Amino acid sequence: MSDNYQPTSAVGRWFNDRLPLLNLIYGHLLPYPTPKNLNYWWTFGGILTFCLLTQIITGLVLAMHYVADADQAFASVEHIMRDVNYGWLLRYIHANGASLFFMAVYIHMARSLFYGSYKEPRELIWIIGVFIFLLMIATAFMGYVLPWGQMSFWGATVITNLFSAIPVVGESVTNWLWGGYAVGSPLLTRFFTLHYLMPFLIFALVILHVWALHVPGNNNPEGINVVQGSQDTVPFHPHYVVKDLFALVVFMIIFAGFVFFVPNILGHSDNYIQANPLQTPEHIVPEWYFLPFYAILRSVPDKLGGVILMVSAIAILAFLPWLDTSKVRSAKYRPLYRQFVWLFFADVILLGYLGAQTADGLYLIIGRIATIYYFVHFIVIMPLLGFIEKTKPLPKSLSEPVLTKEERDMKAAAAAVT
Amino acid sequence: MSEKQVTRRNFLYVTTGAFTAAGAASIAWPFIDQMNPDASVKALASTEIDLRPIVPGQSITVLWRGKPVFIRRRTQEEINEAQMVSLTDLPDPQDDSERALNPEWLVMVGICTHLGCIPLGQKGDYNGWFCPCHGSHYDTSGRIRKGPAPTNLEIPEYVFLNDNTIKIG
Repeated sequence: MSDNYQPTSAVGRWFNDRLPLLNLIYGHLLPYPTPKNLNYWWTFGGILTFCLLTQIITGLVLAMHYVADADQAFASVEHIMRDVNYGWLLRYIHANGASLFFMAVYIHMARSLFYGSYKEPRELIWIIGVFIFLLMIATAFMGYVLPWGQMSFWGATVITNLFSAIPVVGESVTNWLWGGYAVGSPLLTRFFTLHYLMPFLIFALVILHVWALHVPGNNNPEGINVVQGSQDTVPFHPHYVVKDLFALVVFMIIFAGFVFFVPNILGHSDNYIQANPLQTPEHIVPEWYFLPFYAILRSVPDKLGGVILMVSAIAILAFLPWLDTSKVRSAKYRPLYRQFVWLFFADVILLGYLGAQTADGLYLIIGRIATIYYFVHFIVIMPLLGFIEKTKPLPKSLSEPVLTKEERDMKAAAAAVT
Repeated sequence: MSEKQVTRRNFLYVTTGAFTAAGAASIAWPFIDQMNPDASVKALASTEIDLRPIVPGQSITVLWRGKPVFIRRRTQEEINEAQMVSLTDLPDPQDDSERALNPEWLVMVGICTHLGCIPLGQKGDYNGWFCPCHGSHYDTSGRIRKGPAPTNLEIPEYVFLNDNTIKIG
C-alpha cells in the first residue's frame, strides 16, 4: 500500500518521483497495520525515541558551553549552571533525561520479556535492542564522567580499572584507555568525544531496530501471529499515534516533575565536589540504573570473575531467543513462566537495592544468592520451562477472547431475565 | 569444472588481500597508538622526595605519574609484624624484604589493586591499609590479606639517592 501512495501536492509528487522519501515515511507511520490490542506497555518505543532526541538536542547545546579539560571541566559545568542563560534547565533536562531514558528502556525490555517479543521471528529486533542498551550504558557512563566531580572521577577509575582484570595485557590496555598512568585529562577528552559520537550510533541502530520490527510487525499482548491487514489490525495513524502521544504527555509530566522539583534526587551529592585524585569518597556508587550490574560485580570475590560475570549478565540477554525453548510468546498463556518472570523482575530490583549498600555481611550473602538466581533464570529456568510447562490454549485471533467474553455476558444476561 | 588448481587469478586474489590487510593494519596503528600515554605524560615519569620531615609512624602521600604513592616510615612494631607473617598465609606470597629496600621505609603505589580506589592508612583487620570501596584489607607491608583485591599493593621502581632522598620512577 505504501507503493501506491501519491502525494497530493505537485511539489510533493515532483520530489517523491525523484526520491521516494515520502513513500517511506507514509508507509511506516500512517496506514502501517498494527495489532488492535496493544496496551500502554507498547508506548515505550515512542517514548524512548523522544528520550533519545531530547538527549541529543540538549547535549548539543550543552557542548557549546562545556570544556573537556581536567582543570576546567568542573568549573565549566558550574558556569553552565550559574551563568549560561537557561543553562540550569538544559543541564537538568540532560541529566534527568538520562535517568528517565533508562527507566523507559527497562520497562520496554520488561515488556518484551513478559510478552515474549524476542522470540521467532523477532530475534534480530531484540538483539539490535541489546546492542542499543550496551551503547546506552557506555554513553551514560561516559557522560557521568564529564562534570569531573568526585563520583565522576572515581566512577571512571573503578570502571576503567575493570580492564586491568584482563590477563597479561590488562595494564597496557588500561594505560592505553587513560592515555597516561591514571585517570586524567586525556581520558576526559576522549570520553567527551565518544559521548558525543555514541548517541548518533544509537540513532542509527534505532532505525535498524524499527526497520526489523516492521518486517514481521508488532508482537501483541496475546503473543499470537496476526495477519497484516486483517480484522486484527488497525492503521498506526490515528490509533497508535494518539495512544503513543497520550502516553508521551504523561511521561513528560513525570519528566518535568523531576526537572523542576527534584532535579538532583537521582544524582549523588558528592558529584558537586571537584574531582580529587588523592581522596576516594567513602562510598562509591554508580548511577541507579547501573546498580543491579554493580551488585553482580561486587558479589564475586575474584576481580576477573566479577568482571566476567557482570559482562555476561548483559551479554546473556542476546542469547535469550534461544535460551527460551517455549513456542508460546505471551506470559498470559504460560502459567509457570508468568510467575518466574515476576520473580526475575523482583530479583533485578533486589540486586539494584543491594548495589547501593555496602558489600559485606548479610548484604553480600543475599547479593550472591540474587546473582546466582539471575543466571539460573536464563540458563536453567528458561530452557526447562519449554519442556515442562503446560501452556494454555492460544486464541485463534485477537477478537476471539473478547468475543467469547461478550457471549458469556449475553448468556448471563439472558439467564437473569428468565 | 577443473580440479582444484591454483591459477594465476587465485594467486592475485590472495596477494591483493594480504597486502590490503597489511596496509590497513599499518594505517590503523597510528589511530590506535595516539591514545597511549604521550611524550608530555612520560616526561613526568620520575619524582624525587626528601624523607627528612617524616617521623616514625608517619606517612606521606606524593603524586607520581598522576597516581598517589604512599611513603611510610614504619614503626619497629609494624616491621616486626610484617616480617613475622608466614608466607603460606598470603594470597599473593611475597616476603617483606622484597617489598622494602630499607625495612624502615615502605614505598608503594596507593591504589587498591582491585578497582583503583585509594586505601585508607592504618585501618582494617591487619593494621595496614583498608580499601573502603569493596573491602580489601592490606597488612603493614601492603600485602593483600582479605577481600577482592587480587595482588599486593604495587611497589614502584625507586632508589635511595642518599639516606634522606628517594627517587621514584
